[in-house]
Amino acid sequence: MSTEPTKLAFDDGWQYAPAPESTDHFSIDEQYGLFINGEFVAPEEGRYFETINPATEDTISSVALASKADVDRAVKAARKAYNGKWSKMSGADRGKYIFRIARILQERAREFATVESLDGGKPIRESRDIDIPLAAAHFFYYAGWADKLEYAFPGRTPASLGVAGQVIPWNFPLLMAAWKIAPALACGNTVVLKPAETTPLTALKLAEVIRDAGLPPGVVNIVTGAGETGAAIVNHPDVNKVAFTGSTEVGRLIQRSIAGTGKKYTLELGGKAANVIFADAAIDQAVEGIVNGIFFNQGHVCCAGSRLLVQESVADEVISKLKERMETLIVGDPLDKNTDIGAINSASQLETIQSYLKVGQDEGAVMYQSSCNVPDRGYWCRPTIFTGASQSNRIVQEEIFGPVLAIQTFRTLEEGLTKANNTPYGLSGGVWTDKGAKIFKMTQKIRAGVVWANTFNKFDPTSPFGGYKESGVGREGGLHGLDAYLKLEV
Amino acid sequence: MTSEAVTSANRMPDLGRVTLVDEVGVRERAARFQARSIKNESKTEALRLVLSMIDLTTLEGQDTPGKVAQLCQKAIHLHDALPGLPHVAAVCVYPTMVGVAKRALGNHDINVASVATAFPSGMALRQIKLEETRMAVAEGADEIDMVISRGAFLQGEYGFVFDEIAAIKEACGDAHLKVILETGELGTLDRVRRASVLAMHAGADFIKTSTGKIQPAATLPVTLVMLQAIRDFYFETGRMVGMKPAGGISNAKLAVHYLVMLRETLGNAWMTPKWYRFGASSLANDVLMQLRKQVTGNYQSADYFSKD
Repeated sequence: MSTEPTKLAFDDGWQYAPAPESTDHFSIDEQYGLFINGEFVAPEEGRYFETINPATEDTISSVALASKADVDRAVKAARKAYNGKWSKMSGADRGKYIFRIARILQERAREFATVESLDGGKPIRESRDIDIPLAAAHFFYYAGWADKLEYAFPGRTPASLGVAGQVIPWNFPLLMAAWKIAPALACGNTVVLKPAETTPLTALKLAEVIRDAGLPPGVVNIVTGAGETGAAIVNHPDVNKVAFTGSTEVGRLIQRSIAGTGKKYTLELGGKAANVIFADAAIDQAVEGIVNGIFFNQGHVCCAGSRLLVQESVADEVISKLKERMETLIVGDPLDKNTDIGAINSASQLETIQSYLKVGQDEGAVMYQSSCNVPDRGYWCRPTIFTGASQSNRIVQEEIFGPVLAIQTFRTLEEGLTKANNTPYGLSGGVWTDKGAKIFKMTQKIRAGVVWANTFNKFDPTSPFGGYKESGVGREGGLHGLDAYLKLEV
Repeated sequence: MTSEAVTSANRMPDLGRVTLVDEVGVRERAARFQARSIKNESKTEALRLVLSMIDLTTLEGQDTPGKVAQLCQKAIHLHDALPGLPHVAAVCVYPTMVGVAKRALGNHDINVASVATAFPSGMALRQIKLEETRMAVAEGADEIDMVISRGAFLQGEYGFVFDEIAAIKEACGDAHLKVILETGELGTLDRVRRASVLAMHAGADFIKTSTGKIQPAATLPVTLVMLQAIRDFYFETGRMVGMKPAGGISNAKLAVHYLVMLRETLGNAWMTPKWYRFGASSLANDVLMQLRKQVTGNYQSADYFSKD
C-alpha cells in the first residue's frame, strides 16, 4: 500500500487562460434618473448615489436617490395609469405587452447578463445561464396567464388590486424584478419598484425595455434609493399591495408598519436551509449538490443550503470530497466565463460574512477555506466550510448570506429531521438519498416552502416559492403567485 | 508500485458497497465542463496534449498491411507543415496487424496497442481469449485493449468477469492492460461504476469506455463516472489507473472538454498520455485543423491534412 498522501493536484499544469466577456457591446449611462410615468426624470432633491463594481471597487454609474416626494410622484403616476388604460385593458392586450418585454429581454440578454455581473459581482456564467433566461421565462410565463385569470381560480372572480409597491434585494437584481413585475402586470396592477441600492443598473435597463415595449406611461415606475426610499413606497397610503424580498429584520418592520392598513403583502425573507445527506445517497452527486447549494451566487441566496447535515457513516467521505471539490472552484473576475464564484456584493456584506467567520471559530467549529488566491481589490471571500458545528452555534442558527457552510452530522433520520426543522426559518431544504420512501418521508416533514430531492437550487416560473415561519408570508411564482396580486371575489 | 500492492488490490471487491450514481446529477456536472471557455494559449496547449494522448485507431475488417503502415506514418508525422507537434501515444490495431505496425513504427516512441479477447463482442471461450492475448503480446503489442464479458456481468456473474480480467492481465505479462467496459451495453451509470471498480481491482492498468462498435460509445457523463471511480480507487489503494474514452470523440472542442473534465476530476497527475488516452480515428485531423487555425487565424481545407 502506498504511504504517500493521496491528494489530487489542481494547481499546476494546464490552466485556463482568461476568457472575459467583453464590455464593448453595450453602454451604461454616466447618470440615471428615476423612471416615472414612462420617462427618466431627475430626482426632486437632485441627489444621486454611486453604484460600484464590487470586483474592482470602480464606480460604474451614478443613480438618482429618490426622496419621499419622488416616490409620491411615482405612485401618483402608477395610480393614474391604473385608473386610465391599464385596469380596463383586456387581459389579452396586457399579455401582449408582457410578451414584448420578455422578447426584448431575450434579445438584449447578453447586455443584461454582463451588466448584472458588473454591478453585482456574480459570475457571468450564472447571470448568462440562470438569471437572465429565468427573468425572461417569468415574463413569458405570466404573460400567458394575463387572459386566463378567471380559469386560474374557478368559481371566483379575479380583480386587480391597484398600485403595487415592490422592494427587491441585490442578490438576483433582474430576476427579482421579473418575479415582482410580471405577475403584477398580468393581474392588471401598476407598479412602483425599487431595486437594491448596490445593484440598480439592470432594473434601470429594464425600465428602458419597458419604455421600448411601449407600455402606457406610469404602468411601471422604477425608483432608486436605499432603505428610506423603500420605506416611502411601503408606507405610501395609495399603495394597495406591498411585495418585499429581503432580510427578515426589514420584513418585520414592514409587517409592523402596514398592519391595519388593509394593504395586501407578500414577504420573502431569510433562510437557513438544511441540506440533508443520507449514507445511501449518490455521494459524488450529493457533493455537487452541496457546492451548488452554498456556493451558487457566492452564497447570496435566501434559499441557500447553508447547513449541511450529513449522516455520520459517510461524513468523512463527504467532507473530504467536498474539500477536494472546493479546490477546483475558480474564484475571481465575475466577467470571466470560467469563474465559479464571483465577488461579494458589497463591503458591508463582506464585513458581515467576515464577522461570522470569526464567530464560527470562536464557537469552536473548525474552519476550512479553499486555497485559491483572490484579487487584491474588490470584495472577496474564499469558499468556506465549518466542520464540527453545533445546533446551538450562531453559524448554524443565523443567516450568513455568504459562501459559508456549517456542517453537522446525524445518525438517525429522526435526528436529521429534528435538526433540519430546528430553525426559525423555513424557506427551503434538500434531501439526498437513493431511497424513494425516505425522500417522501423527509420532504413531507421538513417545514419549508420548497424541498429539493437529489438536487438543489432549481427554479422555474411555474413553481411557487416562499417560506414558512420567519422566512416569509405568501408565495411567488406559479399559479399561487397570481393570488398575491388579485382580489378573489366570490 | 510494489508487488505487494498489486496483490492486495487483486481481491474481488464488494460491489454492493460501490457508491451509487445519480444520472441527472452526473449529466448536470458533465454539462458544466462544457460551459468552460478555453481560449488562446490554453487552447493550443490543450490541443497539443490531445494529440499526444491519441490512440490512433483502425479496427476494420478491411484493414490491410498497407493501410496500417500508412497509419503508422501518420502517427509519427501528424502534420509536418506545423513543426514541433507531438506524436500520438499509440497505434491501435487488430492482433493480425500488430507485427505490421511494430515494423512500421520502428524505433519511434509510439506504442502498439492491440485489441484482443474476441473484440468487439467478447463472445469467445476464455482459453481462446488468453491465447489471443498472449499471441498479440508475442507479436510485439505494448498494450492490450480487452473487452469484458458483458453478458456475464449483466447476469451478475461478477466473479467470472473478475477472474477473466485477472487472467488476461496475467497473460499480458509486461504489456499494459486496458479494460473496455462497453458502457453502451451496460445500460446504467450504476453498472458503469461497478464495472469500473471490478476491472480496477482485477488489475486493469486503464479502463476504457467502448469499442466504438456500439452506440452510445464514449460520452462525457459515462467518462465522468469512470473518472470518479478511478479517483476513489486511488484514494483506497494508492494505485493510479488510466482512463481511455473511445468512440464518438471526433472533434477538437469536445476533446478539450474531456480534458477539462479530467483536470477538474483527477487533477494534473493524470494529464499525460501515460494516464489518459483518446481512442479515435478522425479526432487527430480536427485537432490539427484547429491548431493550424490557432497559428494562421484561418481554417484550412480538409484536403491539406492526410486521411488515413
